[in-house]
Amino acid sequence: MNSRLSPRIKPPRDVLGLRRALGSRMLPLLVAAMNFLAALSLAGAMQAQSVAHHWEMGAARAVTVQVPDPDLPVPRSSNGPELSRLEAVLRQVQRNRDVEHVRQVSGAELANLLRPWLGADADAAGLRLPGVIELRLARADADLTDLARTVASIAPGSNVEAHEAWMAHLLRLAWALEACAAAVVLVVTLVAMVVVVVATNAGLSARREAIRIVHGLGATDGYIAGRFAARVASAAALGGMLGVAAALPVLVGIATLVTPLLGGVAMQWPTTWAQISPLWLALPAMPLLAWLLGYLTAQVTVRRWLRSLP
Amino acid sequence: MKESLEARMIRLDKVGLHYGMAGRLRWGGQPQAALHDVSFTVPSGGFRWLQGASGAGKTSLLRLLHLELRQTTGQVKVLSTDIASLGRRQLPALRRQIGMVFQDFRLLPHLSAFDNVALPLRLARCDERQLRADVAEMLAWMELDHKAVERPSELSGGEQQRVAIARAVVGNPRLLLADEPTGNLDDAQALRLMRLLDELNRIGTTVIVATHNDALVARHPGRVLRLDEGRLVADE
Repeated sequence: MNSRLSPRIKPPRDVLGLRRALGSRMLPLLVAAMNFLAALSLAGAMQAQSVAHHWEMGAARAVTVQVPDPDLPVPRSSNGPELSRLEAVLRQVQRNRDVEHVRQVSGAELANLLRPWLGADADAAGLRLPGVIELRLARADADLTDLARTVASIAPGSNVEAHEAWMAHLLRLAWALEACAAAVVLVVTLVAMVVVVVATNAGLSARREAIRIVHGLGATDGYIAGRFAARVASAAALGGMLGVAAALPVLVGIATLVTPLLGGVAMQWPTTWAQISPLWLALPAMPLLAWLLGYLTAQVTVRRWLRSLP
Repeated sequence: MKESLEARMIRLDKVGLHYGMAGRLRWGGQPQAALHDVSFTVPSGGFRWLQGASGAGKTSLLRLLHLELRQTTGQVKVLSTDIASLGRRQLPALRRQIGMVFQDFRLLPHLSAFDNVALPLRLARCDERQLRADVAEMLAWMELDHKAVERPSELSGGEQQRVAIARAVVGNPRLLLADEPTGNLDDAQALRLMRLLDELNRIGTTVIVATHNDALVARHPGRVLRLDEGRLVADE
């Protein structure tokens, strides 16, 4: 008889009948929705961080020098040419070793910048506009104290303005966005855990009698919890993959929108590990995390339920 | 002859069992007493009939011995082990040494007859090849070899009962508990079952059989534990 049975009978994979009890598509779909939201939040946080970092790197090295009465002459040195206050300051900052690049903002540019506030003709308003020089420092941590003192000695009343205050606002904004994203990921994780608990409890109710039988035959809590956890975890991982797959086109779209804010370089395939955004590394990990979350949550839920049995 | 402590496979000392204790504590309801001050011993390799009217406490006593329930009062020793002293992790190994035939069979409906019988051996992580031989032999003995791949819903009541019996005895348990095992069997099958139980008992398995069938008890004389309204009224 044994030889007749062997080819037909294989050890059952689903001793507790969980394929039916946990076979609803609701669990993977809900986990997919959670993963989709988590992927978007993560992407938003990471993109905000990278934009803030990019701007920080640019803004930290940018300095604006404002010279009031730019056309007034400065006292002439013994053998030098006669210079206006603006020209003298310009010449001085060009000599500074910490300054990488100097650009004088033209009167036309200045008028253009002020047009929204002062109208088409700033001169007609009788305003005496300062001369403006934009500097780009060689190092973000360069000390501007000496430069400011020198500029003030040449053109009293001049103002050397680093962009620290603006930067601080930007960093606070980026931090707030990251905190919001972290909160969303936390909430999404908790909701996913609740979904897994509800699905597992439904499975426990549906298979109560089967569990009692195998428990009475000597199955350990670990055996029963392991069966549930494996099935719930695979459904959660499937949901994770679906969620990431759904989020992928959206993330590529966001990345395309953000690219101009990062210097306008078109999206390119990375050639080194350092060029790969952490987001693209985090995405494949999300189904694995969903699997782990499903496995652990189901284990705890089933083991707690089994405590009601002697 | 006085039995030694080691030889006492089962020992109950003033055991009481009340259902609904948790409910009483929470809601103030009245607990339902299933067993009162039940005391008896069964030596290793002993055979006992368990008799009593419906509701006398036979099934509760068997469930207690099968470690499905915990006593409310008193002391229970099964397989010479004080149940109260065991941790949760130690219970499954003890349960695997106890075979139980349930009145309602308790077969897994989505598994074949073969897989239902093989379940205790698979839970005990027995070698699959040896297990197949043992299960096949057991099904053949139960005249169920042609039904091996059938599910319980495709079997008659008597066939399901024989599958349940095969599952209980396939692992050569040290203690076999049976709750009305002949309820769905005809006389010939009941006789075969009793021969199987006698054989298991002869090779050292302790057997306790709950039954209403006085004729069966008369044909196979043995010591009888008699329950009445949860009290042990005879052990003779």
